Amino acid sequence: HKYLFIFTEEINFTAILTSPSISPLRHSPWGKKMAARIHGGAGAGAATALSTFNPKKLVAPSRTNLPAARSSKRCIVAAAGSDASKSLRVGHSQKLIANAAVATKAETSATTGTGHELLLFEALQEGLEEEMDRDPHVCVMGEDVGHYGGSYKVTKGLADKFGDLRVLDTPICENAFTGMGIGAAMTGLRPVIEGMNMGFLLLAFNQISNNCGMLHYTSGGQFTIPVVIRGPGGVGRQLGAEHSQRLESYFQSIPGIQMVACSTPYNAKGLMKAAIRSENPVILFEHVLLYNLKEKIPDEEYICNLEEAEMVRPGEHITILTYSRMRYHVMQAAKTLVNKGYDPEVIDIRSLKPFDLYTIGNSVKKTHRVLIVEECMRTGGIGASLTAAINENFHDYLDAPVMCLSSQDVPTPYAGTLEEWTVVQPAQIVTAVEQLCQ
Amino acid sequence: MAMWFARSRNLVSSLRQNLGLSAILIKRNHSSPRPVFTNYQLSSKVFLDPSTSFRHESTAVESQPDLVQQSDHEDDAQELDFPGGKVGYTSEIKFIPESSSRRIPCYRVLNEHGKIISDSDFIPVSEKLAVRMYEQMATLQVMDHIFYEAQRQGRISFYLTSVGEEAINIASAAALSPEDVVLPQYREPGVLLWRGFTLEEFANQCFGNKADYGKGRQMPIHYGSNQHNYFTVSSPIATQLPQAAGVGYALKMEKKNACAVTFIGDGGTSEGDFHAGLNFAAVMEAPVVFICRNNGWAISTHISEQFRSDGIVVKGQAYGIRSIRVDGNDALAVYSAVRSAREMAVTEQRPVLIEAMTYRVGHHSTSDDSTKYREADEIQYWKMSRNPVNRFKKWVEDNGWWSEEDESKLRSITRKQLLQAIQAAEKWEKQPLTELFNDVYDVKTKNLEEQEVGLKALVEKQPQDYPTGFHI
Repeated sequence: HKYLFIFTEEINFTAILTSPSISPLRHSPWGKKMAARIHGGAGAGAATALSTFNPKKLVAPSRTNLPAARSSKRCIVAAAGSDASKSLRVGHSQKLIANAAVATKAETSATTGTGHELLLFEALQEGLEEEMDRDPHVCVMGEDVGHYGGSYKVTKGLADKFGDLRVLDTPICENAFTGMGIGAAMTGLRPVIEGMNMGFLLLAFNQISNNCGMLHYTSGGQFTIPVVIRGPGGVGRQLGAEHSQRLESYFQSIPGIQMVACSTPYNAKGLMKAAIRSENPVILFEHVLLYNLKEKIPDEEYICNLEEAEMVRPGEHITILTYSRMRYHVMQAAKTLVNKGYDPEVIDIRSLKPFDLYTIGNSVKKTHRVLIVEECMRTGGIGASLTAAINENFHDYLDAPVMCLSSQDVPTPYAGTLEEWTVVQPAQIVTAVEQLCQ
Repeated sequence: MAMWFARSRNLVSSLRQNLGLSAILIKRNHSSPRPVFTNYQLSSKVFLDPSTSFRHESTAVESQPDLVQQSDHEDDAQELDFPGGKVGYTSEIKFIPESSSRRIPCYRVLNEHGKIISDSDFIPVSEKLAVRMYEQMATLQVMDHIFYEAQRQGRISFYLTSVGEEAINIASAAALSPEDVVLPQYREPGVLLWRGFTLEEFANQCFGNKADYGKGRQMPIHYGSNQHNYFTVSSPIATQLPQAAGVGYALKMEKKNACAVTFIGDGGTSEGDFHAGLNFAAVMEAPVVFICRNNGWAISTHISEQFRSDGIVVKGQAYGIRSIRVDGNDALAVYSAVRSAREMAVTEQRPVLIEAMTYRVGHHSTSDDSTKYREADEIQYWKMSRNPVNRFKKWVEDNGWWSEEDESKLRSITRKQLLQAIQAAEKWEKQPLTELFNDVYDVKTKNLEEQEVGLKALVEKQPQDYPTGFHI
């Protein structure tokens, strides 16, 4: 094509820029090349153009490029253990990339072991680290995820290993770093975006809903957005209303995203890995109170299926559907129930969008009774959608209406006793089962 | 006001005497005062009198005005240590003015008559490039005109013209390399046109037919093409700015010889994402070129109601971003500015902000009638006397590279091509039902499969309720 040929002739950056893109523009070979072209082929009309066009001259002195006479160098904030990495000078990024490039592959743990014990946040970190070792496109971004290691230490040690660019500390703007992650994903990276608390991701709702969920569809499949958005949510210990949000109920309507909730170290690591490998945007819901759960997990590599529910306790009398922290309340109630002679089947649904109606359906067909135990508010929560889905699909198999235990439609109060009452407790679960099984 | 200052100074000095502070603190800098410019600029050459010789860097450095005026009361020798670095202190209470005494000047190369202003800096443009640029600007004009008419005839549902902004569209595209990733807002189809998107492809997207790369999922003018490194247009304003920072980040990580280039209008800079995107790009040292098309209007909101700053260029320094104001209707100036910015962004790994001053001649879109909120005379003036296409045309013609014959030939051929493209696109069948459910995820989920089966059954059962040509 005629014009395409001309185009590449004119704008010939590859020939000009031979050194890596970080070197400052000192002597402008580009300007000289322009000069050659002018003298060679200018028509009569290309009059009083400059013989060299030195871009360096275009810029007024700034604090960073003024001659040394004016000693206003920026102070380097020396953080412990990181010398030049906090420097704001141009050489900064080169060092960081080099750091990432030489990151050694983590030794995979011996497969002969019987497993190793760790806490849930460590399991998340292990999964993340393994994926970052495996695929150089995986990167992490969020507030304080770098050398601070994340507010819940999920990214601890990663910045040291992979560099400050690959484990990126961002300024405080959720919409910005989520948008940034989306842009990076569309260009080929696989970002893991951390919200310091899920509640803050409400600020990123625009990017998550309008772009993250949609752009694969509206671009006709041309751009994929394989991001993972993760963070702690749920009701903690007196963290106040704004830090006790259950974002799964707000996000569940967004088409194009998948949502999963982890509840054990095993499924935390497995879901993290699966989410990173997925081509779809996945939101991984962690819970503030579950980070210190300890469990022994396999040494071998494994991933969990993003769309599968987990059978926690098989049973015959009633199906109890739950996820995240409520799983533990349900299991505690299950102990009491077993003593009272009941045989509950407990399923951790794990996949919040889409629901694993296969596993759930099989259970309903067996027990004919369903109790949903969730932490979301009554109105518009996961439980509400799940109730509708079960009623629509398995109505014929139900012996009793689907019952849903959820938090009340109130902001989470700070006072300890009030907060306790707003979350479904094991005693309530026992009562509900007894009621349903009459 | 002055009295209060005087009083406070006396207060301070009396305080010091009373407290017996050492003489060092009261020491004043007795050197001659610096020039009291509060402007800052990027090229001294535009600012100074053109007749002066100004090719010496030293002159450029000396006459550089500073944002912060240095006053007699500033103590250069004494500095305070705060997080963020050392900062000098002053005992004079002085607020930085809300605006400089003079607006940031606009970089321009061609005057209104298409003549190069003497002693201008610019990157020379060869005949081939200039002719191509002109042809594309004219094509864009014809395209806008015909598609707008098509919308008025009811053949497409919506359209947005770029009338008056052809120079920004084409000249910026010409200054970039094909690997540079473009994140448009919505008034930059010229960039895609330059990169080789055909008139047929534009028409297909507007008609949402089966050949549309977006598979009929977006409104007209929401073009996107991964082949051309042009991200799909997304309606919410300014969401592309943080994404551009992300693209720059990705390019930086992969050490690519490319940058992200993103566009925004004057209105879009009020969105939070503008602040977010620029701040992030600066902190990440990402190679991003932000191009703001300041065309004076955001639907019916004039820029005087949009912000109180001197346009957008002054905001760059607030984020630590190099910026320039350019005459957006001057194709040569836009070309040079974008080319230089791109160079800086890639070699120095930093973001750059360009404010291109222009005027939105057309209505905001086909859903708008701008005569309701602005004078028809104003529109006419910009359309006729400040037309960027005519201006560039004069320069190209003066060089002997373009003739009236070329002009009429180009316009009539393009018009014919467009009409054919529209006719063909209109006739082309629409997307089948399956495309409603595809690409939501990489693989359809169970509930989507169920929904698709349900809908198919419904359509098959009652085909009379669905439009003709609607197929599964």
